[in-house]
Amino acid sequence: MRVTTERDRCVGSGQCALLSPEVFDQDDEGLVVVLVEQPAEAQREEVLRAADLCPARTIRVHD
Amino acid sequence: MTQSADTAPQAGSPLPQFPMRRTCPFSEPPEYAGMRADHPVSRAALKVNGKPAWLVTRHEHVRQVLGDSRVSSDLKRPGYPHQFHIPEEMLAQVRLMMLNMDPPEHSAQRRMLIPEFTARRVREMRPRIQQIVDEHVDAMLAAGGPVDLVTALALPVPSLVICELLGVPYEDHARFEEWSAAMMNHDLSPAEYGAAVQALDMYLDELVTRKENEPGDDLISRFLEKNRAERVADHADVVTMARLMLVGGHETTANMIALGVLALLRHPEQTAELRADPALLPNAIEELLRVFSISDSGTARVAVEDIEVGGVTIRAGEGILALNNAADHDESVFPDPGTLDIHRKEARSHLAFGYGIHQCIGANLARVELETVYGTLLRRVPGLRLAVAPDELRFKDDAMVYGVYELPVTW
Ligand code: HEM
Ligand code: SF4
Repeated sequence: MRVTTERDRCVGSGQCALLSPEVFDQDDEGLVVVLVEQPAEAQREEVLRAADLCPARTIRVHD
Repeated sequence: MTQSADTAPQAGSPLPQFPMRRTCPFSEPPEYAGMRADHPVSRAALKVNGKPAWLVTRHEHVRQVLGDSRVSSDLKRPGYPHQFHIPEEMLAQVRLMMLNMDPPEHSAQRRMLIPEFTARRVREMRPRIQQIVDEHVDAMLAAGGPVDLVTALALPVPSLVICELLGVPYEDHARFEEWSAAMMNHDLSPAEYGAAVQALDMYLDELVTRKENEPGDDLISRFLEKNRAERVADHADVVTMARLMLVGGHETTANMIALGVLALLRHPEQTAELRADPALLPNAIEELLRVFSISDSGTARVAVEDIEVGGVTIRAGEGILALNNAADHDESVFPDPGTLDIHRKEARSHLAFGYGIHQCIGANLARVELETVYGTLLRRVPGLRLAVAPDELRFKDDAMVYGVYELPVTW
């Protein structure tokens, strides 16, 4: 599993950083940063959930 | 009742009126379920002016509309579904709040503000929020019951939090509460509404001027500092931004605090579980946000191009109410949606904070405030109970943001 985001479309809601804090964070500008590009399989569910709940739909999960 | 041919809607039967009332405070307006099932995207007439607007009721469609770049939040655009009366000449002069801006202006202003509300920043505010809550609970306990939880806790806590964030002195709070409550009331005359907006703006105008001259450690000062480099906003825009933060962050959270406490009092078994295991609180809060979805019609838009939603074509220039309370009771996403279940695993999928580029910037702050208040009450006031019969409570059926006017409690 690989995670990518489109930073320029992020609206800084912090849903991802709240839901999956080991994988996502927000930088000083409040925009998303991916901490772990290839999260462990155990985190699949929360990462998919973050992708689904991201209000700007900027999180992509590639198998 | 007779209707002349030229005022009657074409289909023969008059359009349903919007807003529709919640007959039970713990559920959506009863009309919504039927609309979701039979005509999930359909028209209604706005009570305030009789103009038609589209009501969007399914979760999937509400997300679709709020995520579509062909809809606008600009309340000056013809067709925008206004829910309270604003005279034309006043509308022309209104400074748009970020809430009502479209990209690129919206994105420019939002980008300057999101660093203030990141998950980490909000986490750092936690100890101070706990302190504020503890002080108010101390005062409540010292005074002894019965007290009105709205004035003792629900209003002052978010007010103090947002005022400290903005750098507003606490002495000025009572005035804010009055103005911001007035601005949320559907029933005000245009003159009364205008007076409330004006009084608040005058105060904020002075405050922003003060920060321009003597910057402090607060959101307004930091915004001004960044703005010196980026030139996104002029003085009046900064005043308007400050007003949005105050009004947007204050009444909403206050209403949610009071309604949430009421819901907990009505569900003693689930409350006992929460008391025994506070780790359940975050999900319980998502469920409370879902059940009440207090800013149901806050997610209003107007189509800029023709768009198709659920097989219906919404034409450019037509108003849309993407009803988040209807979405949050969509049985295809939330089985048995009328039941409060703090363990509900899909609770987080609620749209009570909206969706898309305007999703509530204060959502994570509101979550921490709610967690702190509910958690503290569970711990420190285990005997909390209503001091009146439930049917004596009066709910804000007439306001843009749902709530309870007073919540007399004792312990
Ligand atoms: C439980 C409490 C709250 C609820 C239910 C709530 C609800 C909402 C909703 C539904 C929207 C989206 C409106 C739209 O799409 O047009 C929104 C936006 C907004 N909220 Fe909240 N809110 C809450 C708390 C707060 C707090 C604490 C703050 C401030 C610190 C805040 C500030 C804002 C702002 C500035 C926006 C506009 C965002 C934008 O246009 O990009 N809200 N809120
Ligand atoms: S959930 Fe989406 S919009 Fe929000 S911070 Fe994460 S990536 Fe950005």
